[in-house]
Amino acid sequence: MQAKNTLGLILFPAFDWAISPTHPEREERLLYTQDQLLEEGIEDVEGIEFHNPAIALDKDINRVHFCYPDAKTLLTESHYIASGGVMKAFDLVLGGTTDKSFALVRPPGHHAQRVVYGDRGFCIANIEAVGLEYARQKYGDMRVAIVDTDCHHGDGTQDIYWNDPDTLFISFHQDGSTLYPGTGFVDELGGPGAYGCNINIPLPPNTGDQGFQYVLEHTVLTILSEYKPDLIINSAGQDNHYTDPLTNMNFSAQGYAALNHSLNPDIGVLEGGYSIQGALPYVNTGIVLAMAGLDYSGVYEPDYHLGKWKQSDKVTKQVEEIAEAVYQLWQKRKELGARKFGGQKSVKRQRRVYYDTAGIMESQVQEFKVCRNCPGVNSIISQNDQGAKIMGITVPRQACPSCQREGYRLFSEANKAHYNQIYLQDQSKDQYQVRIPTRR
Amino acid sequence: MLIAGIDMGGTNIDGVIIRNGSLHKAVKHQVNHDDVLHSILACLQDLLRDVDEGNLERINLSTTVCTNAIVEDKVSQVGLILQQGPGLQWQFDRMGDYLRYLSGSVDHRGKLVRSIDKEELEQVRQEFSDSPIEAIAVVSKFSPRNPTVEEQVHQLFADAYEHITLGNSISGRLNFPRRVETSYLNAATYKTFNAFADHMRKALSEKQIKAPVYILKADGGTIDLEGAAAKPVETILSGPAASCMGMRALLSPDNSDSCLLDVGGTTTDIFFLVDGVPVFEPQGIEIDRRKTLVRAIYSVSIGLGGDSHVRFVEGDLQIGPERLGNAVAFGGEEITPTDALVYLGAMEGQYPDKSHQALKRVAGQEGIMPGELALTIVAKMCSMIKNRIGDSLRKINSSPVYTIKELLEDRVVKPGSIGIIGGSAKALAPYLEESLSLPVNCPEYFAVANAIGAALAKPTVEINLFADTEREIMSISELGVYEKIDKNFDLAEAKRIALAKTREAGRALGLDEIQSEAEIVEAGSFNMVHGYLGADKNIRVKAQIKPGLLTGDR
Repeated sequence: MQAKNTLGLILFPAFDWAISPTHPEREERLLYTQDQLLEEGIEDVEGIEFHNPAIALDKDINRVHFCYPDAKTLLTESHYIASGGVMKAFDLVLGGTTDKSFALVRPPGHHAQRVVYGDRGFCIANIEAVGLEYARQKYGDMRVAIVDTDCHHGDGTQDIYWNDPDTLFISFHQDGSTLYPGTGFVDELGGPGAYGCNINIPLPPNTGDQGFQYVLEHTVLTILSEYKPDLIINSAGQDNHYTDPLTNMNFSAQGYAALNHSLNPDIGVLEGGYSIQGALPYVNTGIVLAMAGLDYSGVYEPDYHLGKWKQSDKVTKQVEEIAEAVYQLWQKRKELGARKFGGQKSVKRQRRVYYDTAGIMESQVQEFKVCRNCPGVNSIISQNDQGAKIMGITVPRQACPSCQREGYRLFSEANKAHYNQIYLQDQSKDQYQVRIPTRR
Repeated sequence: MLIAGIDMGGTNIDGVIIRNGSLHKAVKHQVNHDDVLHSILACLQDLLRDVDEGNLERINLSTTVCTNAIVEDKVSQVGLILQQGPGLQWQFDRMGDYLRYLSGSVDHRGKLVRSIDKEELEQVRQEFSDSPIEAIAVVSKFSPRNPTVEEQVHQLFADAYEHITLGNSISGRLNFPRRVETSYLNAATYKTFNAFADHMRKALSEKQIKAPVYILKADGGTIDLEGAAAKPVETILSGPAASCMGMRALLSPDNSDSCLLDVGGTTTDIFFLVDGVPVFEPQGIEIDRRKTLVRAIYSVSIGLGGDSHVRFVEGDLQIGPERLGNAVAFGGEEITPTDALVYLGAMEGQYPDKSHQALKRVAGQEGIMPGELALTIVAKMCSMIKNRIGDSLRKINSSPVYTIKELLEDRVVKPGSIGIIGGSAKALAPYLEESLSLPVNCPEYFAVANAIGAALAKPTVEINLFADTEREIMSISELGVYEKIDKNFDLAEAKRIALAKTREAGRALGLDEIQSEAEIVEAGSFNMVHGYLGADKNIRVKAQIKPGLLTGDR
């Protein structure tokens, strides 16, 4: 059997790591996926190669996050490896080894935001962002679309790329009013430097294969054809599956495979999905076959019967309305952005962020400089209910000289007395610094 | 005590008698491929002349009976019955005319999703009944997790066929397409091998030879004749294993990483030892473009040997992969690496003058000095070997791991020495040493290395234990073990059973207490959590008796 697209698989089940012995994110999570892939003989398909993950360095993490107190304290080895797995996925494709790649690694990362105090939604490091920013430093700038098909809103990825016009983030998910993390509404469109490049498609509970395919074809593919990304990444969370214990959607392995086939991503990254027996083995096999350009029509779950998971007419109508609304916003993004930010020198955004896994409440104020020449230098002042207060300054990759200077000025002039730590994330020079003021 | 070792190659059949660990006697015969048995018996007779048969402890045989049958497509008609279930749909061609698919499926946990359709199966039985089918192979997806489907088919077909290969008996490792190929080949060679085994037994009993016969496997271990008769596919492609084990016996490498080279006339085989133990193929060996689950020593063969054709193509020196004949130094027409080594004084030839002239002629055509040409040829040969070793090491060192511990340990295989045998081995060794910057060792007697390897190889066992405390089952597919367990079954118990069963299998193959020492290769226990009802365990243990030498590894 010969794959139409060569595919690099980074299957790293981390059989010796769990958040805790009975946590959904435990050793067993990819066991049956591995069994299924082995039994299907995927290793013997010509053109599909298995690779070990790389191991991310602190610098790779600091390129994306402000970790408090630091990456080493917060991340486990498994987080460095999951991030490294995605870095390897980028290397395989951008280095020309394979046409496509799929990182089946754990734990996931899409709930990890710029500031990290601990675990949120089983995520500490945003593995897609770590991989993508590593790749941009190594292979040069590129326009990238990240399509997040996890059932939960990819709020971490949204936050990281909020103000980056070169990263189009599209998240399909179960409506935030019915599911963690409670965000991801259509009006969350991005910062002043990238308004409209953050797209949320909240779907009603019980959306099935038909609804996902509709949104993909009607909205996502149209937007992608207009945005013209150099690279498409699929954050392939698998908890939209009808057997998932944490969510209420009706997506199937066939649906996931068909979606992946239509989306035709260059890189896939496993995100969440905790129906480890009923969904993951089938969804992962479906995605692997779809990415390799092989026939996936034989992949279905033991209890999959056509029609059983068909969505109701009411859901169909809701899905169609949302899909249309999102597309309208996309089309009007420039004028909406001008109306929202016109005439402002800087834009502030205030938020509270809850770390469900770690039990930490954070409040933060982000400030984005509105710049005509680049997305603009920006900063975060954040404090949490454990007594930490930090300031983080980001000089974006595309920063103009003035914003670069401004970043360094903010960093050196920040009032030491106010913060436990001050960070400078200079993505334009790939340099990352921390000032730890002496005790107040 | 005496051990007889016999190795069948393409042209020769070599035999040795090992007496108390040292080479006592060696013979070389021509192989008659039309009568393999006769060739073996003639070799054995020659070996045992002037030898006290009563002291003969065992006969170890590396045979090409199954390999030849497969490669020459002289195999039985097989009725192949598959239950592929959902998932990737492989197209199985080259399986003969009798391939049938059954509906129904078993899932990855081994749960029966939908049982087989009895009528459908009955129809297959009727279709097969009026056909030249000689053996049946039945394979269902996930059969190592639940062999029920295969057993049901077996029950229905058992009366009508002499042999039925069940996929789950082949290996506990998961890989449906390989299990299908392997089961097919097993059924297809069953009759041929059993005819051979019967004749062998009869001939030995006529000669009153009581020593048990063991057959060499591709993994460098042996299996007794009865075991081989039940699972003949295990005997395929044992030639490279004989060579590798022979080199191990002759070189007695320490427990470090090394690389072994067998430089023949046409090809060079490369093997690797890690901590002194041969590296295996990750899944199984490939024969006749069929990928199997037959465990095998990893070997790479390159079309480069002492007799490889040397020529210039538009000023570019090329060596091999074809062989046109002997080196000029040994009566051939065209120059070869052997002629280069003869010119350099590294080895002696039968016709050194002719060899020198031929080399000078080629050098003249290319406008270089003959000495320079000879050195260039040898350097090129060394660099071809070096590159291939490098490629193989990259592959071995990037083989996938699944635990953080293994990934962080990052065990890199890095040979500290090279062992080499073959006609031009001694001559090539110093050049290779310089090219690879590693010590190169060449044993004194290597003409019958393969037969020595066959003689000294000890039985090996590999088992995969699987236990599921929710389903309350434990299985060891390779040994046909399917037992009920209770909820408290745990990893420690699984390891204990795996080691005990492996040792027991080793003892049954005639190993003594020390030789049957078993080891755990992989072990994992996974919590299966459902709701708040508590956790069950999914346990996997792989154990083995690794390949080694009967005389003990020094």
